[in-house]
Amino acid sequence: MSVKPYIRKVSKSTWYLSRRRDILHMIDETSSLFIGVYVLLLLMGLRALAEDEAAYLHYLEWLGSPFLLGFHWLVIASTLLNSISWFRSTPKAMRVQIGENIVPGYLIAAGHYVAWIMISLFIFYVAGVFSVG
Amino acid sequence: MARSNKPLVWSLFASGGTVAAFLIPALALVTLMAGYGHAPALLDYETMHGFASGWFAKFILFGVITLCLWHAAHRMRTALHGLGLRADKAVASIGYGIAAAGTMATVYYLLKI
Repeated sequence: MSVKPYIRKVSKSTWYLSRRRDILHMIDETSSLFIGVYVLLLLMGLRALAEDEAAYLHYLEWLGSPFLLGFHWLVIASTLLNSISWFRSTPKAMRVQIGENIVPGYLIAAGHYVAWIMISLFIFYVAGVFSVG
Repeated sequence: MARSNKPLVWSLFASGGTVAAFLIPALALVTLMAGYGHAPALLDYETMHGFASGWFAKFILFGVITLCLWHAAHRMRTALHGLGLRADKAVASIGYGIAAAGTMATVYYLLKI
């Protein structure tokens, strides 16, 4: 019999591969890489905007490179997954009480989803997405 | 009592995560349209420059960029730990270093506009 019968070796780098929920968790965690790099891309746009019109137009043109178009699709896919899991976890992070009653978790999550849709539509409206011909 | 930077890092992580969850998918769609040559009107140079010149817009842009940077840095730190990388000090230094440099660069460029 082993000296430590309840301790089994688990790989530090592949532990998440045995369960679907752990794989999804790690995919969700790596969305932070896409968030970080995308925001650095926005920062480069800010730099170009601060420089002059030529630099800014060059930046917009650069966004059309095949690499950055592909990167954008990856950002959208991974951040959609991230947003859904973030809002799904909000009932665990915030407990809302009205009077004697605890607001059900699904209502807190639903409120976040509705706010997300409204904010996204507002961004599209302010940016002029709906009037692109 | 020992001082800890955990509350500060956690508050930046949580607020950055909320900002990223609410805004990044929509923002990425807007810049993707620009990539395909259908830039929405706001991304026109004159319009965007005028927009970013206002103090309210500067405040919003600063909040979005810097909070998302700090969120990404902190979450990458835990993600890399989960992936088996045990060089936490180096990962934290690089991640938070990029976030700090990005914060300073954001302030600089916003003040320049």
